[in-house]
Amino acid sequence: MVTVSRREIGSMLAKQGILIAFALFMIGFTLANAKFLSVDNVFSVVRSSAILGVMALGVTFVVISGNLDLSVGSMMSFSTIVVLDLHDKIGPALAIPAMFAMTLCLGAFIGFLVGYLRLNSLIVTLGMLSAIHGLTLTYSGGQNMDIADKEGTWFSVFGQGAILGVPTPILMFLSLAALLGLVLAKTPFGRKVYAVGGNGTAATFSGIKRARTVFTCYLISAGCVAVAGLIQASRSLGSQNTVGQGLELEVLAAVILGGASLMGGVGTIFKTVIGVLILGFIQNGLLLLGLPFYFQFVVTWIIIILAVWLDIAAKRGKLWSPIA
Amino acid sequence: MSHVKPVLHLEDIVKTFPGVRALDGVSFSVMPGEVHALMGENGAGKSTLMKVLGGIHQPDGGAIFMGEERVVMSGPLEAKAKGIVFIHQELSLAEELSVAENIYLGELPRKSFGRVDWVTLREKTDAILKKLNVAFNARTRVGDLSIANQQMVEIARALTVDAKAVIFDEPTASLTDAEKVVLFDVIADLQREGVGITYISHRMEEIFKITDRITVLRDGQYQGTLETAETNEEAVTQLMIGRKLDLSRNPSHHELGEIALEVRGLSCGSLYEDVSFHVRSGEVVGFYGLVGAGRTEIAETLFGLRTPSHGTILLEGEDVRLNSPADAIAKGISLVPEDRKGQGLVLGMNCRDNMTLPQVDDLKAGPFVAEGAEISIFDQYRDRLDIRTPGWKQKVGNLSGGNQQKIVIGKWLSMKPSVLIVDEPTRGIDVGSKSEIHKLLRSLAAQGYAVIVISSEMPEVLHVSDRIVAMYSGRVMRTFTSEEVTEDSLIQAISGLGGDKAA
Repeated sequence: MVTVSRREIGSMLAKQGILIAFALFMIGFTLANAKFLSVDNVFSVVRSSAILGVMALGVTFVVISGNLDLSVGSMMSFSTIVVLDLHDKIGPALAIPAMFAMTLCLGAFIGFLVGYLRLNSLIVTLGMLSAIHGLTLTYSGGQNMDIADKEGTWFSVFGQGAILGVPTPILMFLSLAALLGLVLAKTPFGRKVYAVGGNGTAATFSGIKRARTVFTCYLISAGCVAVAGLIQASRSLGSQNTVGQGLELEVLAAVILGGASLMGGVGTIFKTVIGVLILGFIQNGLLLLGLPFYFQFVVTWIIIILAVWLDIAAKRGKLWSPIA
Repeated sequence: MSHVKPVLHLEDIVKTFPGVRALDGVSFSVMPGEVHALMGENGAGKSTLMKVLGGIHQPDGGAIFMGEERVVMSGPLEAKAKGIVFIHQELSLAEELSVAENIYLGELPRKSFGRVDWVTLREKTDAILKKLNVAFNARTRVGDLSIANQQMVEIARALTVDAKAVIFDEPTASLTDAEKVVLFDVIADLQREGVGITYISHRMEEIFKITDRITVLRDGQYQGTLETAETNEEAVTQLMIGRKLDLSRNPSHHELGEIALEVRGLSCGSLYEDVSFHVRSGEVVGFYGLVGAGRTEIAETLFGLRTPSHGTILLEGEDVRLNSPADAIAKGISLVPEDRKGQGLVLGMNCRDNMTLPQVDDLKAGPFVAEGAEISIFDQYRDRLDIRTPGWKQKVGNLSGGNQQKIVIGKWLSMKPSVLIVDEPTRGIDVGSKSEIHKLLRSLAAQGYAVIVISSEMPEVLHVSDRIVAMYSGRVMRTFTSEEVTEDSLIQAISGLGGDKAA
């Protein structure tokens, strides 16, 4: 009987491990620096995590469907540059839908390659990371993009506005999370995403159109990238054409940290949100402890490795299990 | 009393998993030179016991002895080092490597500077292969071998080590009769060398042919050990399922309805050619033949997974094209596939979600899945098919094979198909669930379904079918009615002999 209860504790730890880790981090950093849990700091962390978070929501769909999306970083640069450029040319009211349409086309293209041509998603999206980067540079002629009249545009509302004191990026992130959370957990489409990632052959044998499901996941991912690009552009009203560089790995770190399995079939939007927040608070906490900003790239890597390791260790039941 | 010590002795083994006592004080021993059958329904604890022995699971109680010595199996490598060899039902071979490399993988003979000694390797391998009397050699690429021959490679592997105890887990599942004879010779050789053999199988005739003793498990508990020579099938079955098995034929015929499905001159490349048959509603048509006769491929064509090169498919008299499973499902065809775990189920998903997967688009409340409707579908088929699970939230991967198969059947029945195709419905399923599934198939026909049963087991085909289509090498050799069929004529037809196929 003792063994049973110990096992139950173990499986509880494996399931809720991420929340426990989150709580421990918060307590640790708070003890180290009183400023850490101040309202200002929490707001600033959530706000700066919003862009990454929005992208992670879309990538969660792709990962649960059993694929990868490494193109989101450079796609976000693309969206940001396009919407800033069009802002002055055709006005913000038209620039925004135009940017969404172009970003969704990129997502559809990736979805076509992975879903319908059945090409390996790692190769396709790694290639797209580079291709979209080139596209962005060509489009901008290598120049940074700035809005001419920064004071006189309502476009800043997405990145700098606030409703009832809550910054719009946070509101957009959380409401998109709620919406996509419902889509994933409650709709027939969401169920199919889990089935396709869990066992693609069985999904086919159940009459599920796999290609269409995978295609839609990449569309959702691209849609989220467009929202992230909108927030980014609106916040700074000007941007370098490499603004999203490296974000693909941070996004992936947040999604894995949230417990989504790279094998597919496992993960939730809620846990991805937690993963995003943990990543944000860790990076912020390390800054408050005085570590240089650039160290966060190393930290991202460490987090990915730790998250993958703990995930697989929980499944195997032991930490140390080399390839036999 | 004899003073020969058992080579292997498991005493009072207890193993618990969350919520389940998988093994409850099970004892099992194998004498040198003995073939000892381990029997029980799926979920009875046979696999768990073997996993404890192989060091994959650690027991919560009890002890393992080899000879006089108490041992602890810390892992599969240690079990192998101690002379315990497993021959698994599922193959674990590297397809791209040669037979010799597979057999000596990890222990390749070496020359100086760590170079592989190919000459010795091939000599040693060929010596073993000669014992097995197989038609391939050390250099053959494993991927080019049939499943049965791959199984022989697996067995050859076991012969390389100095085995004290060998465990065969359903070794004949994919073997032909001729190959079985060779396997039984190998077992007899091992026996003469004093090796203790554990033989796990559902096939009674094999058990009675080659074993000395039979140990039966039920629900994780030890039911007893019988001397094979002093018992019979009935007694063993009764011990396994705790009641008597109904082995009588079911000759009942009900009113047949219209022709639900007709196939005319259907061909698909080299897989099968010029296949014609029909199924009426209320009828069970069995497809019998050897592995590779093209039966599964016909089923896959009818389910929209393959495109036929010639021929027509008529559903209720109407010419149809089936381009995808979704298409086939929409037209009322369901397929319970051959490979339960690979094709039938998403193992990490719960029972309810697996069961309602094909119709999840139709079960909607607003934009969302109607979970209430899903649960009532699950409850309905759980009761109707007697699926044993703690609840719908249980992951399908945690259920026994029989219950998993019932989930797949429930999944397709709940689609209310007009044509139900079941491919190997009882493969790897215990005796009790088997007869339940047979009854179910008969009662489905009685309710007006047109049922196609593909099976490699003759008793199964005879038991459930109104008519039997015998196939050989991609062709329909003959169609029998259940009155005219005899075992001999059926065997002749599927071996390509004496069929009266209209050319």
